[in-house]
Amino acid sequence: MADGSIGLWTVPLAVLGGAIRVSTPFLFVSLGECITERSGRINLGLEGTLVMGAMSAYGISYLSGSPWLGVLAAGITGAMLGALHAGICSLPRVNDVAVGIALMLFGTGLAFYLGKPLIEPTAPRLPAIDFGWWSDIPQLRAALRVNVLFLIGVALAPILYWAFRTTRWGLLIRTAGESSDAARAMGHSVLLIRLRATMVGGFLAGIGGSFLSLFYPGSWNEGLSSGQGITAVALVIFARWDPLLCLWASLAFGGAAALGPALQSVGVTSGYHLFNAAPYILTLAIMIITCSPKRTLTGAPAELSITR
Amino acid sequence: MIIGETPPPSGAFGVDAIAMTMRFGDFLALDNVELKVRPGSFHALLGENGAGKSTLVKCIMGYYHATEGDILVGGREQAIGNPKDAHALGLGMVYQHFTLVPAMTVAENLVLARDDVPAVVNWPKEMKELEAFLARMPFKVPLGAKVSDISAGERQKCEILKQLYLKRRFLILDEPTSVLTPAEADEVLGMLRDMVVKGELTILMITHKFREVMAFADEVTILRRGKLAGHGKVAELTPDAMARTMIGAEELTVQPARTGEAGKARLELAKLRALDDAGATAVHDVSLTVRAGEIVGIAGVSGNGQRQLVEVLAGQREAESGEIRVAGDPYHASREEMRRHRMSLLPEEPLKNACVGGMSVADNIAFREFDRAPFASGGWWLNRGAFRDDARKKIAQYKIKTRTPETPISALSGGNVQRAVLARELAGDVEVLIAANPCFGLDFAAVAQIHAEIMAARNRGAAVLLVSEDLDELLELSDRLVVMFHGEFVYEARTSEADLTVVGRHMAGH
Repeated sequence: MADGSIGLWTVPLAVLGGAIRVSTPFLFVSLGECITERSGRINLGLEGTLVMGAMSAYGISYLSGSPWLGVLAAGITGAMLGALHAGICSLPRVNDVAVGIALMLFGTGLAFYLGKPLIEPTAPRLPAIDFGWWSDIPQLRAALRVNVLFLIGVALAPILYWAFRTTRWGLLIRTAGESSDAARAMGHSVLLIRLRATMVGGFLAGIGGSFLSLFYPGSWNEGLSSGQGITAVALVIFARWDPLLCLWASLAFGGAAALGPALQSVGVTSGYHLFNAAPYILTLAIMIITCSPKRTLTGAPAELSITR
Repeated sequence: MIIGETPPPSGAFGVDAIAMTMRFGDFLALDNVELKVRPGSFHALLGENGAGKSTLVKCIMGYYHATEGDILVGGREQAIGNPKDAHALGLGMVYQHFTLVPAMTVAENLVLARDDVPAVVNWPKEMKELEAFLARMPFKVPLGAKVSDISAGERQKCEILKQLYLKRRFLILDEPTSVLTPAEADEVLGMLRDMVVKGELTILMITHKFREVMAFADEVTILRRGKLAGHGKVAELTPDAMARTMIGAEELTVQPARTGEAGKARLELAKLRALDDAGATAVHDVSLTVRAGEIVGIAGVSGNGQRQLVEVLAGQREAESGEIRVAGDPYHASREEMRRHRMSLLPEEPLKNACVGGMSVADNIAFREFDRAPFASGGWWLNRGAFRDDARKKIAQYKIKTRTPETPISALSGGNVQRAVLARELAGDVEVLIAANPCFGLDFAAVAQIHAEIMAARNRGAAVLLVSEDLDELLELSDRLVVMFHGEFVYEARTSEADLTVVGRHMAGH
């Protein structure tokens, strides 16, 4: 193909690129939520955490000139929001789902308010590693420009999988999530374990937000997240609370999300909005196929309020 | 352990609770109770539900702080502020409900229970040490299996092993054999008794089974309504004397004699198959006929498909295949069919399975008939007065202890919830009665009343299917006995001819 056009190959390449680029926030939020839910609590507020993370990362990066400081700031903001969620939930007769919805609205609202002055300026963005240097095809090179955060996320999934099995903290988190009675009988504070798990979950979700504002799409505006945080929370259920499955699910979602723009770029314009809805159709389809009224979800932490 | 504190004495030690009083608001749960457990002895703590046994041991373990009274461990007074203090002194407790995490393996559960879980667990090393530990122990458990996959008996052994693994030398066992077959119970208690005799362990066992007290315990303390009712050496006591001390002067309902012969087939199950919540087959093509005027008892250790079988009969679960017939007609647990065939159901955990906790006692008693005359006009206008009158009548007849008919049923004690369900289900002529663990956790008076009602229903010609984990209850009530194991009926005999050891072997799957 001398003219550099690769025709219909654009579509799978764009999906591959999307799987790598779009999946990163999904990956961080879902791994964070995986930790939180494994401890027996569901934090729906991660949508707000994601947006707050994106805003604070962009702001700090702009003010300090270092995008990495921005990432750190996003993580700390997320951990603080996580602590707020866990703190409210540790009061008696408080429902974690309701608190999560409140914090989702609080987080997005606060981010829009504080982020108003950040829409105009341009902040330094996160660098990417060029894994496509060997190729002449620009589309392939574009697809293989990989951000370091993605690599960290990919490494984090097996590390979490290992940690849930072999570390003291992993075992404690699982105990709190599977049987708070057992944890209490061993003399552990379930609330403290869940506080820490929710803070770590918020930290990761905040970092996921920094990816949005500092790499892709790489700017701060109010339509940045468009529900990615809440989708990632659903991803955890769909991934059966397994960090490795969270990785594959995030990649699948990222790829599906890139399908619409990719088809448009090769001239398939009819049903553009339908293809943009591909991730959600994918979710529904998989949920319908894998669910059954006759059995409970396998792998679900027994203490989770949605499974109890 | 905190440096400077005296280490606990080696070998078995005793625990004394002196003048223990525990108040919860106005309620006096323990009233000046004394308990002396000698070092190296096997001590039984007897009492009805609500007698204060659990409160007493929870005070010893530091879960509750007694209003008054002292605890001596190894002869020394100790302030036990929380369970961790008790553990540091070498005290351990095996709870009635399991404290193992079901989704984890046995090995993970054991390592996790330690106070010094390393930050990163070296599994090959830990497994080697666990295997070496198990080799010294009298009973074996599969280390690599998930707790949710092992039998109730193995779980109970794990709970006890966990305490021994943690080097506890004073063990409190709360009804440790309620989930075991008689043979398993004898095995576990026998091995613990050997350790007691060797002077390695002191045991305090909460139980209501006189057979186990007589066979394994040295001494017994009996509580009644929060007070010390008696204590002494087991060798000098009889089960009758202990029972009298437990119940006091309360009069029990007299069970009617078994009269009449079995009639026509009423309830028929043909190759019934059902799944459990995880999607595995729990009830495996079972067939059974229950005739009018007959009690068929289904024995088995819990978790062998009994729950799913009862749920199918109650309409709470769909059968995968097979057929249920009642009086010859196909049955799908619809309300209309239940009414036509006069089906009654006493499910286990009645508050959860047969009641709406937040609704009143009167409403709960009226569930079966609430939209019929005299409770409703035209099928929709409810007559509250009729609800109340009917409830008043049944509350008196079934001796339900409730403040008013309008009290939410969740405020009642377990025995009274079961009495209310009994009042609803046994009103009128019952043709088919299905009862699942109807007396679980109830006191003598409630048990006697429920047994009497079930026997009376049988004598009136009802076909009764009684599913129970309590073998004594089945032997007392049923005409025929069926053993359920791994979802199948593996043994059937007339109760009068059933051999207890054969029944126990089938319950364990041998």
